[in-house]
Amino acid sequence: MVISMSTDVKRGITAVPDNFIPLIEIDNLQVEYLAGRGSVRAVDGVSFSIGKGEVVGLAGESGSGKSTIAQAIMRILQPPAIITGGQVLIGGRDVLQMTDRELRKFRWDEVSMVFQSAMNSLNPVATIGDQIIDAVMAHRKINEHQAREQAKEMLQIVGIESDRIDSYPHQLSGGMRQRAVIAIALALQPPLMIMDEPTTALDVVVQREILAKITELREKFGFSILFITHDMSLLVEISNRIAIMYGGEIVEMAPSRELFENPLHPYTQGLMASFPALTGPRKQLEGIPGSPPDLISPPSGCRFHPRCPHRFGPCDSVHPPLIEVRPNHFVACHLHTTSEGSAQ
Amino acid sequence: MSEQRDLVLDIKNLTKHFPMGGMRDTRKVHAVEDVTFALPRTEIVTLVGESGSGKSTTARLISRLIEPTSGEVIYNGKDVLKTQPGGASLEYRGDIQMVFQDPFGSLNPAHTIGYHIERPLLIHKKVSGRKALKDRVHELLDTVGLGPADETAAKFPYELSGGQRQRVGFARALSVEPKVILADEPVSMLDVSIRVGVLNLMKRLAEDSGLSFLYITHDIASARYISDHTNVMYAGRMVEGAPSDTLVHEPAHPYTRLLLSAVPNPHAGLRTQETQARGEIPSLIDPPPGCPFAARCPHVMDVCRQIMPGAVTIAPHHWVRCHLYGDGGESPLPNAANSVG
Amino acid sequence: MSSSVNTALENAQTEVSTPEPPKNQPVRKAKRASGVVGLLLQNRKAAVGAFIVVFYVLVAVLGPYLVPYDPTQIVGRRHTPPSWEHWFGTDGSGKDVLSQTVVGARSSLATGFIVGSIVTVVGILIGMTAGYMRGRVDDFLSTLINIVLIIPGLPLLIVLAAFLPAGFWSIIFVLSVTGWAWGSRVLRSQTMSLREKDFVASAVTVGEGKLRIMLREILPNMMSIVVAGFFGAVNYAIGAQAGLEFLGLGNPSNVSWGNNLYWAQNNSAMLVGAWWTLIPSGLSIALVAFGFSMINYAIDEVTNPRLRSQRQTASILKKQPAKVRRSRATPVLMEGNGD
Repeated sequence: MVISMSTDVKRGITAVPDNFIPLIEIDNLQVEYLAGRGSVRAVDGVSFSIGKGEVVGLAGESGSGKSTIAQAIMRILQPPAIITGGQVLIGGRDVLQMTDRELRKFRWDEVSMVFQSAMNSLNPVATIGDQIIDAVMAHRKINEHQAREQAKEMLQIVGIESDRIDSYPHQLSGGMRQRAVIAIALALQPPLMIMDEPTTALDVVVQREILAKITELREKFGFSILFITHDMSLLVEISNRIAIMYGGEIVEMAPSRELFENPLHPYTQGLMASFPALTGPRKQLEGIPGSPPDLISPPSGCRFHPRCPHRFGPCDSVHPPLIEVRPNHFVACHLHTTSEGSAQ
Repeated sequence: MSEQRDLVLDIKNLTKHFPMGGMRDTRKVHAVEDVTFALPRTEIVTLVGESGSGKSTTARLISRLIEPTSGEVIYNGKDVLKTQPGGASLEYRGDIQMVFQDPFGSLNPAHTIGYHIERPLLIHKKVSGRKALKDRVHELLDTVGLGPADETAAKFPYELSGGQRQRVGFARALSVEPKVILADEPVSMLDVSIRVGVLNLMKRLAEDSGLSFLYITHDIASARYISDHTNVMYAGRMVEGAPSDTLVHEPAHPYTRLLLSAVPNPHAGLRTQETQARGEIPSLIDPPPGCPFAARCPHVMDVCRQIMPGAVTIAPHHWVRCHLYGDGGESPLPNAANSVG
Repeated sequence: MSSSVNTALENAQTEVSTPEPPKNQPVRKAKRASGVVGLLLQNRKAAVGAFIVVFYVLVAVLGPYLVPYDPTQIVGRRHTPPSWEHWFGTDGSGKDVLSQTVVGARSSLATGFIVGSIVTVVGILIGMTAGYMRGRVDDFLSTLINIVLIIPGLPLLIVLAAFLPAGFWSIIFVLSVTGWAWGSRVLRSQTMSLREKDFVASAVTVGEGKLRIMLREILPNMMSIVVAGFFGAVNYAIGAQAGLEFLGLGNPSNVSWGNNLYWAQNNSAMLVGAWWTLIPSGLSIALVAFGFSMINYAIDEVTNPRLRSQRQTASILKKQPAKVRRSRATPVLMEGNGD
């Protein structure tokens, strides 16, 4: 794979920060959807942590469980989804053990969330200013005047002129509304923001502007981001570390540059080879044959083995563990469980 | 825009204005305005643009799902809008097929896959006899890689994945042995790992079956991957057209350059990139005169706000609608080619 | 790890729910269409409703051959309370109430099903035509629908019924004329939204004709609405017929539930305390209405996956500690809770 390396790493996105302090730790999370034919394990034993100030990307196809993880962390998944195991630790407390009252404080105060469709979830009959003020006043003991000042500031920060504070959502374009949602998410300055496909519904140009804004804000305020998307190229640009999900499990996790330049799991390799390049030589791509796994009766052994070009002996019977094959580079693949195994 | 090429479709000044709907509201939405382009036989031509650019409407106008306000749709040398004023003939319907964006919405949940493919075969009398019908359905399913065919034919759409459904869409379009397929964002709703498979299917069909494709997308990288020629649409108008590689490497219109600079591209390495323009697509309701990009353009001049620029050819098969290229001569923007990576 | 869920699942093995709700809703429809009957059979509401309706249909079909007396003949003394001889007693003119109730079922249910069918067919024709054709055709038909909807139903019924010769078919005509508009309106809006679907556009581009697109592409996708509308219309017709006859606008010599009540009222049943002349017919109307409503609720439940999975999850959570049940957050179920 030819990679045109740029020396311009001005944004300071490097590998795992040296001073890695975990902010939130997800340990062996299990989520099931109840279904008549047997329950569907949408998330099956997922563990990872997000450091302070770090951007972790979660990539995967539809049904891989990436959005389910985000909603399970927030405890906003609705039945028939049920969390059946694991821990989500933040500041020494387990989110999965919290009462409704604790959760109310946890949401927005400690973690806020921006969805793909969030721009359509703004209350159509309240001004965006009022919606920020409501969020702030529900969590902070300040008066309305102070809250309004803060709302103006938040709007300015996300790039909306503060005199639009009394605009209703329908008076704003899609990109503006998504910015307003980010302003609401930022209003309480939580240490972690979960962004689930925050720009997928937007056009590329608007998407670029919003991503630049998010990156800028993160540098300014130092919050962490869990960024979820199916768009690998976007993730490589924005995140420090990337976890690749397949069939409810993490199959590979590494610093984003490392993952991009040296993907080890055949699925990651397939994903990387699925994007037509904008520049460079035009070459034939292959994609990944087959379809995503049926989680009601997932394939035995490695869940990717029916689609894998490198499958061999143990793949259809033994489930590969996620192991660290290089510093900070984890992969769950039999090609890498044996010492001499090699993916190339 | 040379004349000697064998054009299967030649679109001239295609325009569609939608009324606003109200009884007294005489305003109109200018969804497609003066669109002109050509589709040479056995080639893949792309229309690229953002949502609201009019690219999908253009496809629906050509397929005559909606009727244009004005313009010409010249198919095999005849303007079908004139020869078939009352709506598309069955023959035209057979020759021009469409593949839709949403693989979940384009198949009827009440019918089996087999039914979806049988119907066009029966309507266009492509086969006679039950046996021949069944064989042809199976053959088509095999062509698009949906074997074992007899199993697939008996399934309902909900039993298939998105990628498989999109292949059914292609099988259905292919069943009538069309000359042109209008593919409206056929991969944008599919998972990344199966997109390439569908794009490759299109490439293969263009090469092997003599089909011509109009590929509609917002993804300029996939346009470069499969198409020979790419046209860029903005706010209902076509602003630039060039061979796909040229367009990516030497974009001329400021909008094309903006679009290219916004595409996430890890292959180019991590780079700080300032998008040059702000703001969004202008309202299409009775737009003011002049270039629709004027409000966002970093190189805007006075003339841009008054007069819509004409198409200027700046290189073989490469034209642009922009006042910066007024004389058809050199680009006043020397770094045009370097704006991307 | 999750054995608690699995055992709970086994206990609650009632219906199927979709694992991860797909983003675009029409996805599971086909399955629902083919499996609807099976799911309905498992649904308790549907079973109760169907039992009642089937019971009355049997009564209507077979009853007249089994009844002990001719309901039009005077067979006893006036207003005798229920006894071995007359199980439901006799009415104000000495006719057998049981026989009247059983024979009356035929007229009432026949009216219901005939009007239901007419209203449904007219509703489909007008609603779908308006929704599919749009433009001037839609303007005209919508106006017509709105006019019929705006006219107050009961006065129109009474005026029409009063002008027409009293009789079974007059009532059917009156009820059909006043009853089709609501269903038409629902089907019109449903057709309008379905015709924007890509599968309709796809059918147009392969050359399907308008009529076939309406009947074969669009109609099958709104069968649950059509069926629910049909049962609703049957209900309406039975109630309205009884109402008209009770007001004396039917043919009083015809034996039906409404006429039974009319005669009971005429003979001052309530004043003399002859409750047995009112209860059987009145209760029958109520029960049939209840039965059809139950079937409609069940259809709603079966065709709406959200309602279905809500019920299923609720039944599993019921077995969990009270704390989990009351929480509005995602339920957390673990063995030993906190592993």
